[in-house]
Amino acid sequence: MLELDWNIVIKNLPLLWKGMVLSLKLFAIALVGGIFFGTLLAMARLSSWWILRKPSQWLVDAIRAIPFIMAIFWFYFLTPKIVGAFTGEQGEAIGPFWSAVIAFILVESAYFSEIIRAGIQSIPRGQPWAAYALGMNYWQAMGNVVLPQAFRNMLPIMLTQAIILFQDTSLVYVVGLKDFLGAASTAGQISGRVVELYLFVALVYLVICFSLSRVVKRLQERMDVGRT
Amino acid sequence: MDWLNFAFFLEKAPSGGMTYLGWLASGVLWTLIVSICAWVIAFSLGAVLGVMRTTPIKWLSVPATIYVDIFRNIPLLVQMFLWYFVMPELIPTAMGDWLKQTYPYLLTLPFAQFSLWEFTAAVICLGLYTASRVAEQVRSGIQSLPRGQTNAGLAMGFTLPQVYRHVLLPMAFRLIIPPMTSEFLTIFKNSSTALVIGVLELTAQARQINEYTFQTFPTFIVATAVYIVITMTVIFCMRLLEKRVAVPGYVSQGGH
Repeated sequence: MLELDWNIVIKNLPLLWKGMVLSLKLFAIALVGGIFFGTLLAMARLSSWWILRKPSQWLVDAIRAIPFIMAIFWFYFLTPKIVGAFTGEQGEAIGPFWSAVIAFILVESAYFSEIIRAGIQSIPRGQPWAAYALGMNYWQAMGNVVLPQAFRNMLPIMLTQAIILFQDTSLVYVVGLKDFLGAASTAGQISGRVVELYLFVALVYLVICFSLSRVVKRLQERMDVGRT
Repeated sequence: MDWLNFAFFLEKAPSGGMTYLGWLASGVLWTLIVSICAWVIAFSLGAVLGVMRTTPIKWLSVPATIYVDIFRNIPLLVQMFLWYFVMPELIPTAMGDWLKQTYPYLLTLPFAQFSLWEFTAAVICLGLYTASRVAEQVRSGIQSLPRGQTNAGLAMGFTLPQVYRHVLLPMAFRLIIPPMTSEFLTIFKNSSTALVIGVLELTAQARQINEYTFQTFPTFIVATAVYIVITMTVIFCMRLLEKRVAVPGYVSQGGH
């Protein structure tokens, strides 16, 4: 049995912190982008126009059917080729971070769109009709009447999805990005001691995600009281 | 259209005595084997944990809750590393050495370029991680049943295990077929994370073929299509199953 030496973690804290910053940056961009495009996708899926409804449904179903890592690889290997086709230059066109950002926004929009769609559908149909009767157009009815209530109803589920997203950011390890896990892995390879570093990473994720999930649970209980 | 040329799949790949198509097929095979083995662990352990969480007995429900909280709040990739790199170092040295040096050679895996230990670590990791998710679904399935059912069962003179066996579980297991389908599909997709510890499943094979041939588009299109086709097939089969076992008037039957 190995003697654990936690000094290796302390020595690498600056590197690990840099990794955590990258993880948080990716998380924040993916969260905002995912909710924004997810809302648009959800609205398209609930549209009465076939041309909006069907393609958005196919897109969401296809993205949800493939592994997250597959999506990350798609953009990692393809963006240089696509950008290259336009600019005539090969090689690292936008870099692994931004290709990961695109993959994350796309995948998260698909997941968020399903949550948001359920949220919109939880609003009684009379509400948008009443808004239209008052002379509002589609965007006014959505923006002022339906979406604010829908978002309130789905807040707990969206936060849960955000926690999952935060955990999923560790997947960028597969394209060699130095996120929190990637930084620990690099430090481990240099020092030859991965055990303490991986245990530390697991502990940090556990503490963060567990505390956040407690917050979500409390929120859910409070909202249940309000609704009865 | 030279970027969309599928002919190279029939060329001989550098190792394994197979064509590139053979590599891809072995990837599909190992994705399925890993997923199914992990699913056996996930479903059986998850069902037990889920039932434990709903019982009024503290020494059953508390450990199950702790299990779920731990396994759901650590990223799967990190758990993969914990099982593969960390666990052998934390058990007694002799056992750890056996695991890393003897165990992998007990059995040579067919069509695989990885060892039994990598496969086992991936299956354990995926199984135990998904068990925590299954446990949550089983718990909410049981809790969605009216409380009167438990009380009626107890009033009829059933013991608590009998109430579970004859009243709650037959209903709950039907209710959770749709969420269990999506959990199986999750394990199927998540099996791609096994590539970080060297298991050459479908995604890893796609990456490897791309590295050797630079045929990015065709390789990833075929691999993606395989994932989508298998997903659709599973959904279709589970809908049939759901209809077959539906209790009239209780679970919504088909139609959507």
